[in-house]
Amino acid sequence: MKLALVLPLLVPLLTAVACILAGASRVAQRALSVLGSGALLAAGLWLLRSVDAGGIQVVQLGNWPAPFGITLVADLFSAIMVAITGFVALCVAVFALANIDPARERFGFHPLYQLLLLGVCGAFLTGDLFNLFVWFEVMLMSSFVLLALGGERPQIEAAVKYLTLNFIASGLFLTALGILYGQFGTLNMADLAVKLRDQPSGVTLSSAMLLFVSFGIKAGVFPLFFWLPASYHTPPVAVSAIFAGLLTKVGVYALIRVFTLIFTADPATTHTLIVVVSVLTMITGVLGAAAQYEIRRVLSFHIISQIGYMTLGLGLFTTAAIAASIFYIVHHIVVKTNLFLIGGAIGHVRGTGELKQLGGLYRDYPWIGLLFLIPAMSLGGIPPLSGFFAKFALVKSALEIPSYWPVVAALAVGLLTLFSMTKIWAEAFWKAEPEGATGGTRGPVPLLMLVPIVAMALLTVAIGFFPGTLLDLATRAAGQLMNPNGYIEAVLGRTP
Amino acid sequence: MPLQLAFSIVLLVRGHNEPGGGFIGGLVAACGIALHGIAFGIPAARRLLRVPPPMLIGTGLLIAALSGLPGLFQGQPFLTGLWGGSVPTLLAGQLKFGTPLLFDVGVYLVVAGIAVHLIFTMAEDQ
Repeated sequence: MKLALVLPLLVPLLTAVACILAGASRVAQRALSVLGSGALLAAGLWLLRSVDAGGIQVVQLGNWPAPFGITLVADLFSAIMVAITGFVALCVAVFALANIDPARERFGFHPLYQLLLLGVCGAFLTGDLFNLFVWFEVMLMSSFVLLALGGERPQIEAAVKYLTLNFIASGLFLTALGILYGQFGTLNMADLAVKLRDQPSGVTLSSAMLLFVSFGIKAGVFPLFFWLPASYHTPPVAVSAIFAGLLTKVGVYALIRVFTLIFTADPATTHTLIVVVSVLTMITGVLGAAAQYEIRRVLSFHIISQIGYMTLGLGLFTTAAIAASIFYIVHHIVVKTNLFLIGGAIGHVRGTGELKQLGGLYRDYPWIGLLFLIPAMSLGGIPPLSGFFAKFALVKSALEIPSYWPVVAALAVGLLTLFSMTKIWAEAFWKAEPEGATGGTRGPVPLLMLVPIVAMALLTVAIGFFPGTLLDLATRAAGQLMNPNGYIEAVLGRTP
Repeated sequence: MPLQLAFSIVLLVRGHNEPGGGFIGGLVAACGIALHGIAFGIPAARRLLRVPPPMLIGTGLLIAALSGLPGLFQGQPFLTGLWGGSVPTLLAGQLKFGTPLLFDVGVYLVVAGIAVHLIFTMAEDQ
């Protein structure tokens, strides 16, 4: 069904337009934003179902045939990503109702939020490298405005760092595209895959590395992650939560896409490099987190270390490992967004995210404590939560190869992650509150904040109790990624 | 100013196969409005425009997005160009009606809206 593939793009676009047209009416914009995000979730699920039932879906926009026209493709991996994007989008949109102040809403928070989702979904669905670049820019532009919106001093500083680094990444991306286009005369991913197959050459390798660096900056891998902890803690929580959940994962998605579809001729070089970078990313991220004492900064460094796990699966390059990566991405998006939202709820009732100034939360808000423990323990990999199965699948796939030292790193980093989470627990929830702390509302947590947190915690628990469903889906998605012939055939309409 | 607006429409409709199109048409239209603003002041230009510029942006995006839908309902992929009849015009040659023209009208409104919005905001800042 062609409509299923276009809807995840049309829905956020039309919602953004409707929000702009709603103009000054704050109530209408808020309602539209939540409705649109809900519709995006529905569209994502529909897409997932049609891809699951009908195989890879392709639309040639404007009916121009590939490789000349603009191609939209959804295989299982894309569909999973779009569906989870819809879920997170809905949760954060609800949370934002309680978190974003009227001034920011008046200056276009809601349309920008929808345009961000449009960019994310577009990046997941495109079948063309140049269009991937365009969607990245759509995403980058809206994220830049969202980051700077409000104009507080630390926000502007963060936005400048974020923008500079991402522009460098875009420049490298464009350079790689130029090289590829000059050499092969096409940027359609399926077409490139056919032309580059089994032809390891210096040109291919250099463009592969340029793309690796560019996507690596966006994903936040070692040693290019420094923009991330410098910027994610400054905007309102709803904004940093959606960034933390989705943006880096788009980089990971792009890495997985190009390094399973296009640059597969020389895995001994490229994929070994990915493994090394992944392990370094895991370790530096978690060590960075250990040194931080602000909730969102701690969590930002953990994003980096978790990104390492996801790219590790790609580097190991077996079906089981990539399935583990996909599982990990889904788990991570839900858990990490949730932790940011909880951090936001804490900030709301206490007026700060500094661990040293927090305390006694467990006494005042035992339920928030419980809700924090679910994603926190899941992040650390405690069974039976989703993180355990994600790590388990990854470690198992590594042992099957066999490849031992990434396993050692993965397990050690898991322990350190747990240490960090217990640090937040001990400081914010357990110890007595420092004298004289009076910030925040001190009232109950607003329902609009509570509902998305609970929904995400429930999904984490559900994945934990029924890991088979997701793992099965991820394994089939990885099967499609590892045998790109189906993808190529669906796009080009002929057998390669 | 009216001349510029008329010219922008000419650019818009001759766009598809000849130099012109929604983007440049929108810019020329914005220039016309800006000229009016320089001559008579920004408030006068705002009155002339009647609607706030963000509305232009929104309407334009909406029209452009909707222009993709007719193809969808005929079983073709999104954004497939559908052409209707054509009428001869004085300046722009044969004017063909179709969804691509609609798309260009959307682009025209978006570009004009954004440019005017930018100019108004910067001019009023001083």
